[in-house]
This record gives sequence, C-alpha cells and structure tokens, in this order.
Amino acid sequence: MSKDKIIKVLVCKPGLDGHDRGAKVLARALRDAGMEVIYTGIHQTPDDIVNTVIQEDPDAVMLSILSGSHNALCPIIMQKLKDQGIDDVLVAVGGIIPDEDKPFLEEQGLKGFYGPGTNLSTIVEFVKNNLKR
Amino acid sequence: MDYSDLTKSLIKGNTRAAARLITIVENDIEAAEVIINSIYQHTGKAYILGVTGSPGSGKSTFISTLTKSYIDLGKKVGIICVDPTSPLTGGALLGDRIRMKQYFSLDNVFIRSMANRGQLGGLARATEDVIKILDVYGCDIIIVETVGVGQSEVDIFKSAQSVVVLVVPGLGDEIQAIKAGIMEITDIFVVNKMDLPGADKKVADIMQMLEFKKSYKYESEGVGDKFMKIDKWTPEITKVNSKTGENFDNLLKLINKHKTFLQDSGVISNYMKNRIKNETIQILKHKLTKKAEELIHSNNKIEEFIEKAIKKSLDPYSLAGEILKLFFEK
Repeated sequence: MSKDKIIKVLVCKPGLDGHDRGAKVLARALRDAGMEVIYTGIHQTPDDIVNTVIQEDPDAVMLSILSGSHNALCPIIMQKLKDQGIDDVLVAVGGIIPDEDKPFLEEQGLKGFYGPGTNLSTIVEFVKNNLKR
Repeated sequence: MDYSDLTKSLIKGNTRAAARLITIVENDIEAAEVIINSIYQHTGKAYILGVTGSPGSGKSTFISTLTKSYIDLGKKVGIICVDPTSPLTGGALLGDRIRMKQYFSLDNVFIRSMANRGQLGGLARATEDVIKILDVYGCDIIIVETVGVGQSEVDIFKSAQSVVVLVVPGLGDEIQAIKAGIMEITDIFVVNKMDLPGADKKVADIMQMLEFKKSYKYESEGVGDKFMKIDKWTPEITKVNSKTGENFDNLLKLINKHKTFLQDSGVISNYMKNRIKNETIQILKHKLTKKAEELIHSNNKIEEFIEKAIKKSLDPYSLAGEILKLFFEK
C-alpha cells in the first residue's frame, strides 16, 4: 500500500483453550521482528475474532489452538470471514495440529500448522512471505 | 489513488471502510491528506473523551465499563487504544483489547488499537485522523486511551474535550499530586480501584492540590504550541470500581457536567480554535521537517557548510541559519 507500511498481526486463542504460553511467545517474537501485534487473550469465539479482524484490519491472523478443537473452530472462522468478504488476510493456525488434519484445514484456506519446538524465526519468515497484500 | 468509494461507504457508516481507511491514514500521510480533505466537513458530531493514567492504573478495564454505561444509554462508542512502539525494532504489542468486554457488538462499539510509532506525548501521529474517521463513521462518543503515561504525556488535552485521569491508591504521595504535567490537564480525576486501602487518602491528596490551585486562579494565553486550557473549570473528582461498575453513574454525571460547562461558558469555541491551531502546527512541523531533510540531503552547498562545521569554523546554530536561508530562497 505504501512505503512505511508496518505488518499488523492478530494473535488469538479461539475456544475454551487456556494454554496461552505459545501464543504469548509468538506475539513477542513477531513484535521483536518489527510487527505490530494485537493479542486478544484467551477464550475468543469465532464472532469475537471476526469482529476484531473487521475493526483492526490486520494483515495476518494467527490462531493458536492446543485443545484439539481446530477442526471444529477453524472452518467456522473461515466461513464467517468469507461472509464478511474478507479475503486478503493471511489466516494461519498453530499449536497441536496432527498431520492427518492438515489437508482438511488447508482446504479451508488455512496455513502454517507450526507446533511446539518450531524455531520462532521460521514463523516470522512464514508471516512475511505469505501476506496477501 | 482514489479513496472516494471508501469515504462514501464510511459516511454511510460502513465498518470495514472505516477500518481500512484507518489503516491507510496510519501508514500513508499523503493519502491521509486526501482522505481527511474529503470527509472533514462531516466531522464534529462526536464527543471526544481522553483517558490517561500510569501503566496498570486500569485504563482499559475502566474504558470497558464506561463504554458499557454509554451503550446502555443507546450511544455508539469508538475506542482508540494507543500502546507504545519499541524504539529498537519498530514492533509493538497491543494488548488493550484483552480487557474489553465481549458484550460489545459491531453495531455499537468500534475498537481500534494503535501503536504510537515513536511519537512522544502519549498519542500516535495519526490519532487525530483516526478520531475524525470514527466521528464520520457515526460514533457519538470517542474514547481515546493514551499509552500508559509517566508525568508529562499530555498531548491528549489538545485533542479531547474532556480529559479523565485515572489514579490508583497506593501509588505516590501528595508531592506527586502537585507536580507539573498531567495533573494540570485533568478535567475529571478518577480514583480507580476504590476498594483498595488508601482510596480516600488519594481523594484527599487530590482535593488538597485542587484547593491550592483555586486560590491561584490565572488565565494564560497560548504561546508557541503550548495552548493551556483557560482555567475556569475546577476539576471534579470521584472514585470508582471498574470491575463492579460502582460509582459509574456519578462519573457519567461529572462528564456531562463538564460537557455542559464547555458549552455554557463558551470555552468550547476556545478549545476548537486551539485544537485546530495545534493540529495545523503538527502538520506544518511534519511537512517542514520533511522538506528540510530533503534539502539537507540534496543540496551541495550544505555539504560545504557541514565540512566547515567539522573544521570548527561554523557552529551548528549558524549552520542551521544558513540552511534556513537556503530554505526560503526556494
């Protein structure tokens, strides 16, 4: 869009999952990479997340799910974003995502799938290289 | 680029248009010029409330509860939360939304987080522009949360009609209450976390400070960019509990009282004047600085001057004087 555009990222934890250490570490890493990171905290419903995306207009949304509910939550979030006509935002999910679930999530338009132990710079590079605008 | 589709949707109250326009004015000052130019005539309907206080004084939770009170009155509320940018990496962690309650819906509340991007004074460069966008979007009240301030981040009083300063029991003695800076720009003091011990002592300290101020009534005129508020309003003080909502009815009354005071006393016209002056100065500063930088990096004569300065035959003040001459020759 312009010369001094700073990458803006939304980091959030959908559903009833309280394991937010990873999300906080990730938020901090993206901050240290020079991005503006909005952290919304835990227990976000799909509607909360979509509303935040609408208002904050981020370039990327990073969902952190370790509860096993990714197959239930992610499609709802993607559908609601689509309903709002939001198609230029990178949506990634990470946490505990079993390999066999990845194709289904990819079909929904999600990317990433980084789990515990991932080098933080890998995720930073991933965000920088996968932005849609 | 053409922004007329977006600005047209904004005027109709489209949420996504508002969000996208905010992104644009944050990132591109030239685009901001075009956008503000096309929406300015629609601004001026919203009441702007500044909320400031030290880190941890409970600003976000307070704003959440205050917003609930306004929603219950059928108002549409805009919230701008400013957090600091890292001076080292340019990154920022914006965490104010965590405290904002989920009963807010898209129809009645618009929350936007902003990083200050290195600007001193407690706000971001684009905050004034974002206020205008939310005003045109249709917010009745715009609450601006500054970065957690120290003692002198006072820019908010140049933008807001009413400034609420949060203080908490147990932080600082009565000397803190008589220092210059933030205590002087306050319209309403709120002692937050009133359930903590020391809340009444805090109220007493502030009241004492205000008594002292009353006996030294003065009226000051603006000099440079230091536009002081004309001192006819004696700040109000109340204590609240943002977690339970206790005493917020009283707070709303005080905010209304200040609003009425601004209208009836005519101070509002002064405020409008100062706000526009201040904003213009900021824009001029930005433009002139940019021009001066361009000149310094492009003009060969200046290189010569700099060489002289290195050899100590020209001092930086004289150097700046020479550059000023070149500046106005153009």
